[in-house]
Amino acid sequence: MYDVAIIGAGICGASAAYFLAQRKLKICVIEKENDVAMGTTKANSAIVHAGYDPKPGTLMARFNVRGAALIKELAAKLSVPYQQIGSLVLAFDDADLKLIHKLYERGVQNGVPGLQILSAEETLAKEPNLNPTVQGSLYAPTAGIVAPWELCIALCEVAAQNGCEFKLDSEVTAIENRQDHFVITTVNEKIEAKYIVNAAGVFADKICAMAGECDFTIHPSKGQYYLLDKNQGDLVRHVVFQCPTALGKGVLVSPTVEGNLIVGPNAELDNQRDDVATTRAGLDYVAATAAKTTTKINYRENVRNFSGLRAVSDKDDFIIGPAAFSPRFINVAGIKSPGLTAAPAIGEYVAELLENSGLKAEKKESYIDIRKHIVFNRLTAEEKKKLIKENPAYGNVICRCNTVTEGEILQALRSPLPPRTLDGVKRRAGTGMGRCQGGFCSPRVHEIISRELGIPFEAVELDRKGSRIVIRDMNKEDRNV
Amino acid sequence: MFEYDLAVIGGGPAGLAAALSAYENGIQKIVILERDVELGGILNQCIHNGFGLHRFGEELTGPEYAQRFIDRLKDTAITVMLGTMVLELTSDKTITCVNKTEGLFTISAKAVILAMGCRERNRGPIGMPGDRGSGIFSAGCAQRYINIDGYMVGSRVVILGSGDIGLIMARRMTLEGAKVLAVAEIMPHSNGLNRNIVQCLNDFGIPLYLSHTVTEVVGRSRLEKVVISQVDSNFKPIPGTEKEFECDTLLLSVGLIPENELSRKAGVPIDPRTNGAVVYDDMQTETDGIFACGNVLHVHDLVDFVSAESEKAGRNAAEYIKNGCKPTDKTGAVVIQNGNGVSYTVPQKAVLSRVEKGLEIFFRVRQKSEKSVIEVKNNDRVIAAFKRDFLAPGEMEKITIPKKLLEGCEGTITVSVGGAK
Repeated sequence: MYDVAIIGAGICGASAAYFLAQRKLKICVIEKENDVAMGTTKANSAIVHAGYDPKPGTLMARFNVRGAALIKELAAKLSVPYQQIGSLVLAFDDADLKLIHKLYERGVQNGVPGLQILSAEETLAKEPNLNPTVQGSLYAPTAGIVAPWELCIALCEVAAQNGCEFKLDSEVTAIENRQDHFVITTVNEKIEAKYIVNAAGVFADKICAMAGECDFTIHPSKGQYYLLDKNQGDLVRHVVFQCPTALGKGVLVSPTVEGNLIVGPNAELDNQRDDVATTRAGLDYVAATAAKTTTKINYRENVRNFSGLRAVSDKDDFIIGPAAFSPRFINVAGIKSPGLTAAPAIGEYVAELLENSGLKAEKKESYIDIRKHIVFNRLTAEEKKKLIKENPAYGNVICRCNTVTEGEILQALRSPLPPRTLDGVKRRAGTGMGRCQGGFCSPRVHEIISRELGIPFEAVELDRKGSRIVIRDMNKEDRNV
Repeated sequence: MFEYDLAVIGGGPAGLAAALSAYENGIQKIVILERDVELGGILNQCIHNGFGLHRFGEELTGPEYAQRFIDRLKDTAITVMLGTMVLELTSDKTITCVNKTEGLFTISAKAVILAMGCRERNRGPIGMPGDRGSGIFSAGCAQRYINIDGYMVGSRVVILGSGDIGLIMARRMTLEGAKVLAVAEIMPHSNGLNRNIVQCLNDFGIPLYLSHTVTEVVGRSRLEKVVISQVDSNFKPIPGTEKEFECDTLLLSVGLIPENELSRKAGVPIDPRTNGAVVYDDMQTETDGIFACGNVLHVHDLVDFVSAESEKAGRNAAEYIKNGCKPTDKTGAVVIQNGNGVSYTVPQKAVLSRVEKGLEIFFRVRQKSEKSVIEVKNNDRVIAAFKRDFLAPGEMEKITIPKKLLEGCEGTITVSVGGAK
């Protein structure tokens, strides 16, 4: 019997696991995919929002501002790339100027520090590559950028090293609400837990409905993106938004923590829950809309397109709290933007909610709240020399675009929550994330995964279940026919 | 810190030929820096034949061609560092490297030859929408899986792009038992060598769809379906022309990009037409003592030409070192431009006073033509003309302008295609 079962290993589930693992509780995370961070967490704008967008008094406002501060702290503690680069919301006409003043007021009410309204000149001084027709902007110095999947992985790794169990490849098919506990049926087993945290992202309404009556529905909204080469990464130095509309925060242009440039997203409402394909029309819309911000993006330097699903619900705010049918079933649902920013604060709050619902537990004395994570490229020359002397695998560069060494791949494969796929390694070590998109390093990473984990070469998958890369071992065939 | 007269970055066909040539021209202290665990570069996975027809009069496989050069290394004092990645090059020719035995170290060289080759363009730059499951490979990546690692990548295949690697892989996949359903090419012509179209597609009855591109990719886990559509003259897909192929593999052969990240960081000026360095007739870049050759300079069709070009770079780097590394006198250098019907030239600049017999210019044409005349002008004056029976973008052209025709030339030299029909 678990004290708590968290359903969903995205950024919200991971945050809840991180905070709950600090207490003397038996907890597990149940995830249908073969890795953590496989849904919205790995496909979003990767922005830490300052907190001027949400209406004051909402959960979104509360957790955004707290989350932004927490991410900064966690990123430093857990070796997660994060940069507080600040954001700009651009105004192009009088209506926009009115709107950014309104956002300024909201931000002040929400407690966002350091907001400023900038003139056109001040805006262009900060970002010379913007469209010169810009009339002014809202500057938020506390906004930032983060590697969302790395944050999620780091939180999960710390939870795992403190005793939280991860049940991957475990799609939940039924939940039975008994008197004092739940029985969760997955494709693999039956799991008993006193409390459930439902952090199932775009499937949160389905999961809730398995346990009782669900009073919300999720309507995923798809957003498509361009990710451009590092040679475009310094086109802007801040997260640059256009004015928000009813559909969301609109198309942004921003550097990423890896030094690339991200452009997107659009918003396609009522999307299917498993459709993350990009489309010509969607991408063309993104490029056309981004042209209002700057016309200097060179799309020939695009390295990847992707799309993700916002877990938009039929409610205006995040849905966080006990379900009507049971105080032991905590929904964390409808976590649309600013969900990534808010997630750590949501995780902290979930621990509180569970306590209010009767789950009392002391803090562990032995909680290990650090994560050792070496990134070769970020070391000084002296540190690199020392590291290779200690472990020569760090002298073997595997991914040449991002200078990722064999040492970092092995570090990922020997971590508390080791990946089994090429993309799993990619999300932890950065291999194949550069301009050649793994064209060069894929077979090499593939070989290291096979060797290190003892998986047959042909069984190694690219990403989710069913994504095998090769179909046949020709080395075992008789070639002398 | 290691000190060498000449550092060659890359141990593929370009680096090998350049290093050997410099050695034979009197330079002793040479190092080849190679990131892979063996020399030969991409030739190692090119197990088909057809290499060396021009140079050796034989049809060798890629590894055999490379071996001819690797064998010659044994009789030299050239140092080879394998498994060695160059992290940085500076304009003063200091190279930062990393490998497992030496760790992080620097090399100081009197001259550097850039021979890093190229990489494959992939899905991103062509903006191919759709799902992102497995089964989508750059053609060279699939070639490595099959020919080096020994694993078959798929059974029903669509290939986008009819460059040489795509064509070679159409045949290779077929020979390993796969069904190649289609090769789609966005241009109205193939960019591959004619011999490869015949030997790799026609001989196996593989259909080539010209003016077609991939417009839909379906399959969240593994690829399930690819849709190709015909494109108009602006390369926009024409609705209603969709053809669906159920397949588990999509190979991309959509162009090669010279890998010049190191050159750019060193401040070596790059020609946007070739994505390679701007070079003079001696293969020297605008940065003194840094030379470039092979596919890092411009993408070649035939390795034979890579070797010849690289030998020229090696020879001239040797001269540069023997002359005390004096900055080259570039006064009066002419600029070589592409005129009508020509997409680029290499070299881009030339110091005519030092040209010995003639000035070699490599270039590509923009479209196919027959019975054409290649016209060379100095400013507005025609100084030479060359007849060609057949020109195609997929086949690199070379002309040699005799020295006596270059007398009195200054300013610009323009290469253009005239008389095409």
